[in-house]
Amino acid sequence: MGLIHYLILSLLLFLVGAVGFVLKKNVISVFLCLELMLNAVNLSFVAFSRHLNQVHGQIFVFFVMVVAAAEAAVGLAITIALYRNRNTLSVDDADTMKW
Amino acid sequence: METTLFYLFGALALIAAISMVAQKRIIYAAISLIVCLCAIAALYLLLEAPFIAAVQIIVYAGAIMVLFLFVIMLLDPFSTAILRDKKKYLSYAAVILGAATLALIVPLLKAYKPLLTPRNPEIGGGVGTAGNIGRVLFSEYLVPFEVTSVLILVAIIGVVVLARRRS
Repeated sequence: MGLIHYLILSLLLFLVGAVGFVLKKNVISVFLCLELMLNAVNLSFVAFSRHLNQVHGQIFVFFVMVVAAAEAAVGLAITIALYRNRNTLSVDDADTMKW
Repeated sequence: METTLFYLFGALALIAAISMVAQKRIIYAAISLIVCLCAIAALYLLLEAPFIAAVQIIVYAGAIMVLFLFVIMLLDPFSTAILRDKKKYLSYAAVILGAATLALIVPLLKAYKPLLTPRNPEIGGGVGTAGNIGRVLFSEYLVPFEVTSVLILVAIIGVVVLARRRS
């Protein structure tokens, strides 16, 4: 399998994640789509790492995973705080800072 | 063999991803994402990256998704507030977004020629082993690795502050 196959798969996964990110109304669903987009990018990193026979792409994937873990933890804590204060999980109801 | 496995796990990842977006109930969406992540881990194994595949299973499918499932369990996922529809125009916006991204990237992929050969083809195989990654991580990428620990510390403190009950 060439690099191009993995890139196309990565593109399709990223597209599904991006469309879901816009479509979904639940904060947790939006987070799940975000994780999917991060994974699509990771897949293309590893594909390039294999193609160029260099380890740096995989190191970068490692860092992306660390940042994703931190992001998920903080984001879910914000979700819990939102649910406690507003009693909602809908992104439409958390619009105080919108213009 | 490799082709078959690629198409098998690629199709599994894609179907699981679409199922994640299509699910009404968020707990099923989370489980679909776990399936998708495991399929991507199998693709990492096909790409000769066993360390990344293991980390994917342990950290992503293990730790992060369990965190998600716990929060979903805590927050009453079947309440009516979640099932209410978002504004209608956003679905058109999503379709336009998808079409525009495809229209931008597909010509790029079509123009791609595999002229870019592997830079060190004689090494082959053992790039993604745990030993190799550890060696590079603790020599060339030592400073970013240490900065990562500060990031994790900030995240821990932030989570404790955010999730604390006001009294």
